[in-house]
Amino acid sequence: MTQTVPASIDATLDLLSRGDYVGDRALATVLFLALKMGRPLFLEGEAGVGKTEIAKVLSQTLGRRLIRLQCYEGLDVAAAVYEWNYAAQMIAIRLAEAEGNVDRDRVEHDVFSEQFLIKRPLLQALEPDPAGPPVLLIDELDRTDEAFEAFLLEVLADFQVTIPEMGTVKAARPPIVIITSNRTREIHDALKRRCLYHWVGYPNAERELKIVRQKVPGINERLSREIVQFVQALRKEDLFKSPGVAETLDWATALSELDVVALDPATVSDTLGALLKYQDDIARIEGSKASELINQVRAELRAAE
Amino acid sequence: MAEPVAAPLDERTGRLAENIIYFARALRAAGIPLGPGSVLDAIAAVLAAGIGTKDDFYWTLHAVFVKRHEQSILFDQAFRIFFRRRGYLEQLMSLTMPQIETPRQDNAAKPASQRVQDALFAGMNEKLQREIEQVEIDMRETVSDQEVLQKKDFAQMSAAEVAAAKAAIQRLVLPLDEVKTRRLAPNRRGRIVDMRRTLRASMKGGGAFIDLKYLGPKSRMPPIVALLDISGSMADYTRLFLHFLHAVTDARKRVHSFLFGTRLTNVTRALTQKDPDEALAACTASVLDWSGGTRIATSLAEFNKRWARRVLTQGAIVLLITDGLERDPDDKLAFEIDRLHRSCRRLIWLNPLLRYEGFEAKAKGIQAILPHVDEFRPIHNLDSLEALCRSLSAGGERFGRAA
Repeated sequence: MTQTVPASIDATLDLLSRGDYVGDRALATVLFLALKMGRPLFLEGEAGVGKTEIAKVLSQTLGRRLIRLQCYEGLDVAAAVYEWNYAAQMIAIRLAEAEGNVDRDRVEHDVFSEQFLIKRPLLQALEPDPAGPPVLLIDELDRTDEAFEAFLLEVLADFQVTIPEMGTVKAARPPIVIITSNRTREIHDALKRRCLYHWVGYPNAERELKIVRQKVPGINERLSREIVQFVQALRKEDLFKSPGVAETLDWATALSELDVVALDPATVSDTLGALLKYQDDIARIEGSKASELINQVRAELRAAE
Repeated sequence: MAEPVAAPLDERTGRLAENIIYFARALRAAGIPLGPGSVLDAIAAVLAAGIGTKDDFYWTLHAVFVKRHEQSILFDQAFRIFFRRRGYLEQLMSLTMPQIETPRQDNAAKPASQRVQDALFAGMNEKLQREIEQVEIDMRETVSDQEVLQKKDFAQMSAAEVAAAKAAIQRLVLPLDEVKTRRLAPNRRGRIVDMRRTLRASMKGGGAFIDLKYLGPKSRMPPIVALLDISGSMADYTRLFLHFLHAVTDARKRVHSFLFGTRLTNVTRALTQKDPDEALAACTASVLDWSGGTRIATSLAEFNKRWARRVLTQGAIVLLITDGLERDPDDKLAFEIDRLHRSCRRLIWLNPLLRYEGFEAKAKGIQAILPHVDEFRPIHNLDSLEALCRSLSAGGERFGRAA
């Protein structure tokens, strides 16, 4: 089940496609380098372009365990790295007392040992795994505050965690680390310096069509073409938030559930909520603009044939 | 047997390394900050990837050298110029393939790298020059005559004036304006028991009694985002305000500053320079529409679309410094200011026109903005700056509790 790490950029591209991920060569290159050089991979891009999916595909195709750390404001060491099992520690102290054990250093040493340690995602990722080093996904890092980034530096640079009471825990084999960010704030350069950086952009029409056909099986050929062209045209409009790939897939699924065979202005206006998430954007596109875009898409597709 | 093979291999790696170093140096000159660590990484990456095509080589270096999305364009241009010479890249790539013995090309690589390096620097300057000219031409054609492309000279400020203002602004202490975060810190009056410290403290007494330690919410200063109008009608004030923004940037960590007249310019990085004169000079250098017309709505729209989602997180306060005299006021201004108001914690409008007693909001632009701001204050002298500082601290507490 366990796969070895791909040996070339082409093999990485294969690996992605085996996981049903339609990636481009730029992504495969940076992914291959991250795996080969054992460096964390920092993925930045708009919401819904498939950043998180990359980690999932890696864990699935390589047969590795996926450890996910979802970031939020106020995330601290106790929730991300480790925590002591205080209740068990208390009992251990009381037991030692009851036994008449008065050697304080001894009790302290026993109480702060691995047995009383609750491991959180970052520490779990450093443990040896029979299936090979796990995939550690640190998702939406921009949601935490700057203070949390500092905790990550040691993990990312040396794949180790220092626990003051116990010492340093170092991974025998470094995990595969994927960090994602939606860029709601800039991540500090010190953290980025330790990673390989890649900007995940919107796919081009050809790649997006492949993605739609792969993820929405049984979709009408003509409909899928029209959907992709429409979304591509929409991204050129002056919108507050352009639709991502996830939105395209939602829309394609919705239309295919509705048994639509070709786009028409009424259906598009009714289902725009799957694509656009801001009322101003929907108001802009609804109605005449939608039919204009549909006509433009049709003309483009006819020209391509 | 092994030794004679190893020697030329090292030499190849050396040549490759040399070229990557030159390229990194060029990127540094172009404005991408790269340390020696990145160069070592790049060499390791190129060796690991075992370059096959130009594309792979491009993306391999891209993966290591580019750390921000904006740097992609710089990298792309530099790469194109650096490896412009036909066949040069192929020659370089052959260096990573030990099976092809081409000593002749190896010898040619060294002078070539020098030449390309020269060409790169010359080329970059040329390109930059062209771009600047391009921008000037574009602007003359598309923007009305009101937009003056002159660069305001900070030297016009008299020396005494500079000294007095600087000293006064430096004395302005921005009081600690703090909001509670969801992070916890040791706090004697906190309500949450800090089990970790409690246990450690208890161990001191052998665990006989439990010495409770507490945690309370930690507070920090929220980010400030300043949008400063630098149009002609504000010309008398912009210098002073820039000094103020520089002082604020210096004192607090998270301050983002934008200047706008007819277009929006991010001057955050320029203002982080320690020396106020250098910082202001850097600002002037990066702004093209100094003392021109005002397009508040267009500038705000650009801010809302491109920057709001990146800088208005974690309870940011927005300081909008403008006289509100929009050249062509319409519904768009109200719409954009409403969106700005909804995406920040607090919107403070600082208006120098308020210095006139009996000021009435007659201008359409002012009427459009007014309903959407949390606070409307005068800002025309040092007194008003001091008042602003006081207001920031008071409001921070009030809003902090609500948040």
